Amino acid sequence: MSTPIATPPEPRVQPVVPAEQSEFPVILPGYTYDAVEKQIGGIVLERPITFGWAVGFIGTAILVVLLHLAVVWLLIRGVGIWGIDIPVAWGFAIINFVWWIGIGHAGTLISAILYLFRQRWRTSINRFAEAMTIFAVMCAGLFPLIHLGRPWMFYYLIPYPNTMEIWPQFRSPLIWDFFAVSTYFTTSVLFWYSGMVPDFAALRDRAKQRFAKVIFGILSFGWRGSARHWRNYEDAYVLLAALSTPLVVSVHSVVSFDFAVGIVPGWHSTIFPPYFVAGALYAGFAMVLTIAIILRPVFKIEGLVTMRHLDNMAKLMLASGLVVMYGYLMEGFMAWYGGREFETYQQLTRLFGTYGGWGWGLLLTNVLIPQLLWFKRFRTNIWWLLLISTSINIGMWIERFIIVVVSLHRDYMPSAWGYYSPTIWDIATYAGTLGFFTFALFLFVRLLPMIPAFEVKEMLSHLRHEEQTA
Amino acid sequence: MSVAANAATGTSRLYGIMAEFDEPADLVRAASAAYAAGYRRMDAYSPFPIEGLADAIGMHRSWIPTIVLICGILGGLTGYLFQVLAMGVWYPINVGGRPYNSIPSFVPVTFELTILFGVLSAVISLIILNRLPEPYHPVFNVERFARATTDRFFLVIEATDPRFNPAETAQFLRTLNAREVCDVPE
Repeated sequence: MSTPIATPPEPRVQPVVPAEQSEFPVILPGYTYDAVEKQIGGIVLERPITFGWAVGFIGTAILVVLLHLAVVWLLIRGVGIWGIDIPVAWGFAIINFVWWIGIGHAGTLISAILYLFRQRWRTSINRFAEAMTIFAVMCAGLFPLIHLGRPWMFYYLIPYPNTMEIWPQFRSPLIWDFFAVSTYFTTSVLFWYSGMVPDFAALRDRAKQRFAKVIFGILSFGWRGSARHWRNYEDAYVLLAALSTPLVVSVHSVVSFDFAVGIVPGWHSTIFPPYFVAGALYAGFAMVLTIAIILRPVFKIEGLVTMRHLDNMAKLMLASGLVVMYGYLMEGFMAWYGGREFETYQQLTRLFGTYGGWGWGLLLTNVLIPQLLWFKRFRTNIWWLLLISTSINIGMWIERFIIVVVSLHRDYMPSAWGYYSPTIWDIATYAGTLGFFTFALFLFVRLLPMIPAFEVKEMLSHLRHEEQTA
Repeated sequence: MSVAANAATGTSRLYGIMAEFDEPADLVRAASAAYAAGYRRMDAYSPFPIEGLADAIGMHRSWIPTIVLICGILGGLTGYLFQVLAMGVWYPINVGGRPYNSIPSFVPVTFELTILFGVLSAVISLIILNRLPEPYHPVFNVERFARATTDRFFLVIEATDPRFNPAETAQFLRTLNAREVCDVPE
């Protein structure tokens, strides 16, 4: 090599697309450290309650009351108030469980996987994506619990020493599910909270009211930004990201085992784990996009959550959607190639049977409409993005409806075939969790810093450094 | 507060001397210079993590990765052994003729407990190693330190350092391009 030794070394991490060449910046120009803090902290500390927020908050609170009513009535009367019966014993509760937990997955992907890949654009969206994960997992966890029949006996799932000297059945996917979901929830909460500690400290130092100072002082643990603390913090954070990455893949794989381990036609398939994980990310990105598109104009954070973020999320959504479509194709192919009449019949009944309309609806909302994401014009137009992501949110719910209901209603023996339709209580419970999810988000955006200010500032310092050296 | 002003009013003991900087690079440079000058008991404060800052003040490694590795392995062993004991020894149940030690069926819970122990140990050791929660710390006595979480960068040389001398240390910090230098009362 002829390069002289004295040449300064190149920076280790080069951005894939240099800032000046990419069309949309990750942060609009003109931000200083103080401006970032002022904007993000200001939403929590100074912004008055607006009319729109109050209306949304009260509206969703009413749905939370509806959720309580539905659950209390369920506890009084039992699961007979739902539309479930034999053969379709899983109905709305399991559809909604899979749908909600899938939505959570994009939050962990953004916060953990993109962090490991050093994707800068992750920085300003990870906090509310993680919040979305936590609220979605809360909604998800409720469903199997109230589906138990005797929910107050749920602790039978926990391996604790008891007078009967028996243990949960560890060879059962339902126990795997319990461990996977509770680990996922614990990890998500700890990851979210540790990410917020430095921001709580900043809010504590910025707050003028005594009350806010004390609350954020307690929440921040007395964080003071010491270099020794940061060293431990960064090591712990990267490890949390590295542990969450396989965890998120495992959670939806285990959820898919609930189906794949069974012998029902349409469930018993090895494609299920990857197909479920991709479906989870697909639905999750659709939800993060929906939330981001609504938050941007309301809280005037277009400078921090730019078109770059929306465009990149749309690309990831398309990629995970293509894996889902591959899953659909493989299900059809294996049904034909496997030559089992039950499987073939199951695939045909999805499009041409009693619930055929759902099958075509799935192809429209989840396969056809998302193809628009190939075109930049649609990826960079917020109205189209909102439409496409809503379509995917609906489509992924239909997918789970087909997997749960359509598979179960046509089992092996025609004498055991059945029909399922939800009751008003099924719908009330689902609407109630949608309400709780939105209600929790309404509280989150006002009470906690929805963008990680310290990470944005860190990114800003790197960008400034690059500008100076360039 | 300048040193002179503090000396006039000051009755409280001195925790250390604080220098304030505008830019992260200035802080790293100052920290390295202080280390080179022989100071050891010092700390740097910044609103976000700065590469190389911990090294500059002489902290070269964190114990967290080691702790997490050990706890993760322990979690995996706990998960697996617990399942084998519960399913094969304490209350053996024959399910469809599968062996009591059904390795593939025990993978998910073993994996989840590995992650759970790893995550819990990472967070708990982060709190303990950082000696948090610590609601009171002398640096908070300096009013300007409120900006340490927003946009300013601070270096504090503590009075317990053997080379510490109030006047000399303050003079030394002033030579490092500091925006301001002041005392930190205990």
